[in-house]
Amino acid sequence: MRQIAIYGKGGIGKSTTTQNTVAGLASLGKKVMIVGCDPKADSTRLILHAKAQATVMDLVRERGTVEDLEVSDVMKVGYGDVKCVESGGPEPGVGCAGRGVITAINFLEENGAYTPELDFVFYDVLGDVVCGGFAMPIRENKAEEIYIVCSGEMMAMYAANNIAKGILKYATSGRVRLAGLICNSRNTDREADLIEALAKRLGTQMIHFVPRDNEVQRAELRRMTVIEYAPEHKQAEEYRTLARKITENKLLVIPKPLEMEELEELLMEFGIMAPDDETKVGVAASASAAA
Amino acid sequence: MSDAAKKVDGITRESTQKMIDEALEAYPEKGRKKRAPHLAPNDPEAAASCVKSNRKTVPGVMSARGCAYAGAKGVVWGPIRDMVHVSHGPVGCGWYSWGTRRNLMTGKNGVSQFGMQFTSDFQEKDIVYGGDKKLAVLLKEAKELFPLAKGISVLSECPVGLIGDDINAVAKKMTKELDIPVIPCNCEGFRGVSQSLGHHISNDTIRDYIIETREFVEPETPYDIALIGDYNIGGDVWSAKDLLAEIGLNVKATWTGDGEMERIAATHRVKLNLIHCYRSMNYMCRVMEEKYGIPWVEFNFFGPTNIKKSLRMIAERFDDRIKDNVEKVIAKYDPIMQKVVDEYRPRLEGKKVMLYVGGLRPRHTVGAYEDLGMVVVGAGYEFAHGDDYERTMPEMPEATVIYDDASEHELEHFVKELQPDLVGSGIKEKYLFQKMGLPFRQMHSWDYSGPYHAYQGFPVFARDIDMAVNSPTWKLVKSPF
Repeated sequence: MRQIAIYGKGGIGKSTTTQNTVAGLASLGKKVMIVGCDPKADSTRLILHAKAQATVMDLVRERGTVEDLEVSDVMKVGYGDVKCVESGGPEPGVGCAGRGVITAINFLEENGAYTPELDFVFYDVLGDVVCGGFAMPIRENKAEEIYIVCSGEMMAMYAANNIAKGILKYATSGRVRLAGLICNSRNTDREADLIEALAKRLGTQMIHFVPRDNEVQRAELRRMTVIEYAPEHKQAEEYRTLARKITENKLLVIPKPLEMEELEELLMEFGIMAPDDETKVGVAASASAAA
Repeated sequence: MSDAAKKVDGITRESTQKMIDEALEAYPEKGRKKRAPHLAPNDPEAAASCVKSNRKTVPGVMSARGCAYAGAKGVVWGPIRDMVHVSHGPVGCGWYSWGTRRNLMTGKNGVSQFGMQFTSDFQEKDIVYGGDKKLAVLLKEAKELFPLAKGISVLSECPVGLIGDDINAVAKKMTKELDIPVIPCNCEGFRGVSQSLGHHISNDTIRDYIIETREFVEPETPYDIALIGDYNIGGDVWSAKDLLAEIGLNVKATWTGDGEMERIAATHRVKLNLIHCYRSMNYMCRVMEEKYGIPWVEFNFFGPTNIKKSLRMIAERFDDRIKDNVEKVIAKYDPIMQKVVDEYRPRLEGKKVMLYVGGLRPRHTVGAYEDLGMVVVGAGYEFAHGDDYERTMPEMPEATVIYDDASEHELEHFVKELQPDLVGSGIKEKYLFQKMGLPFRQMHSWDYSGPYHAYQGFPVFARDIDMAVNSPTWKLVKSPF
């Protein structure tokens, strides 16, 4: 069983990419489980054709304690026999979403959700690793492969570099490794080259460049993956290719995160960022207009 | 306080420093460097504290300290009897801080006192989804079940601070809804270096939520005082209160031993604050001094010498009526106390004591041991600050060892070197020293005895010390160590 965690900047398309890739793996005959690690609980809707699945924490709240749950209560099976679990958690601003992830994953482990016939377990994790709870999927004996979803936009690359820093921390104490960057294209200039260059600097690879295609959105409107909605479409083939590449991937590295200056140099090299003009720093629009 | 520096045969600055250096040898260099400034030979004349204090405990040593929550619940709030105190968080913190200090209270349980344990008993779901809704329900239930409670305190345990449960907002809302004060105290255990911060936070909470919110029903008199920082361990408040009444003072409120929120809230009307435990309550004395112009004096009711000195000092703040009363009371008790001394002193003369307690007792009890002819050869505190050590140094004999936040290793080493006849400390130290064949008294809770305060307390104290030191048991114990 290979356990894989998907990280990336919020809104970059982690859940969409994960579900389409998992559907791709399923179509190749692989047995897969998805564990959604986001209180929004939207990591499995395309596989289950559901608005929101009952989450582990929802049921804990309803029944009192986690000891009152069975795996069958929280696990649903969707397209391609993909098993789906959502950790769930509180609405923004209260409680501790991170603890929800820890509770849910502990529950799944203790109750035998990780069955031997599974080829892959995917963790789809909230955008920012804000606390220990969201690092749970990459602790010892959990995910050992991390893919970071990113695009050629500046903030997505900052986030990718930060996530690499987090992986580095856990890599030295455990076996978690960076397995590659997935470029989910936003159609920015020289995007593939830029992500290739970033991947190289991090010591990893751009495992696949997923072009932008509205077929993904059309499928999403039907709460489906492209793989299921339009298996013959070229975008479906892209996800199948990504799935195949992941299956064959052997390049697992301890990342070498970039210093801020290095990252900014890279961005300048590709024209994403202009060199700092110190004379303009801290000058308000009105003041510069007056000058 | 002593006029000339006291000395103990065989104890010099050099011998004490040598003993300290030997104890420090066991530590790795970093730990040694950190611990060294917390241990020193006493210099009764020095202007500033001879030891460093109120610092983070060195990781790895066995410390006897508690946490901010322990200081809030176990010390300040727990003894207030007309309130329901809610430990907000998992059950253990509340349960194991419940009544362990033997802060006794009068009243009928559930009617006029609520010395029971209330907790929100956090489960996983409360951590993940927040405990604020559960808290609101609990407060409502507490009010329904105990309609006679005058207020409810909400004491935060660690997880509440970690997940950011807004207990202050819940308290505000429920104060309105239930029409009784619901008082939030943000005393999460991880805050600060010891229980001391919990005392401070609780004082601030009393300042912000309680003081000045009530008035006494009885008419004001010039003899109105409050007893501050006495937690009624084994009945101490009662014996102190009786004595203060005997000299003609009206004790209008006790903070917080056998205390009532309704009277604590009206304390801004008293004429003088008498503070027993300076460490845990000096903050509110200062607030009342600044805000309402109420002066405060530190007093000490341990042993006849200190009692006499304190009574006269208190009398100085009042008119001749109180001064006369004090002299009459002293004349009445002097022979009674002399009888006690005559009985016990011959058996205790010259016996050596080492003390390690919270933040006050070592310095306060030195005189009581001396009344019995005993010598205190070592003293230290778990969570005292510099001003506590400054008050301790003149009480202690020249060159005796002073230890701050002592580890078990250090205490054990000092005890082996100094061979005291009695060790007075806490429950964590008790069995170590008893296994060494040494008499021991648990001086946080008076070892299931008390009161030790005032004229009622001294005979009990003398009896207990004699019983410990002169018990034949210890001659039968052969320590294998």
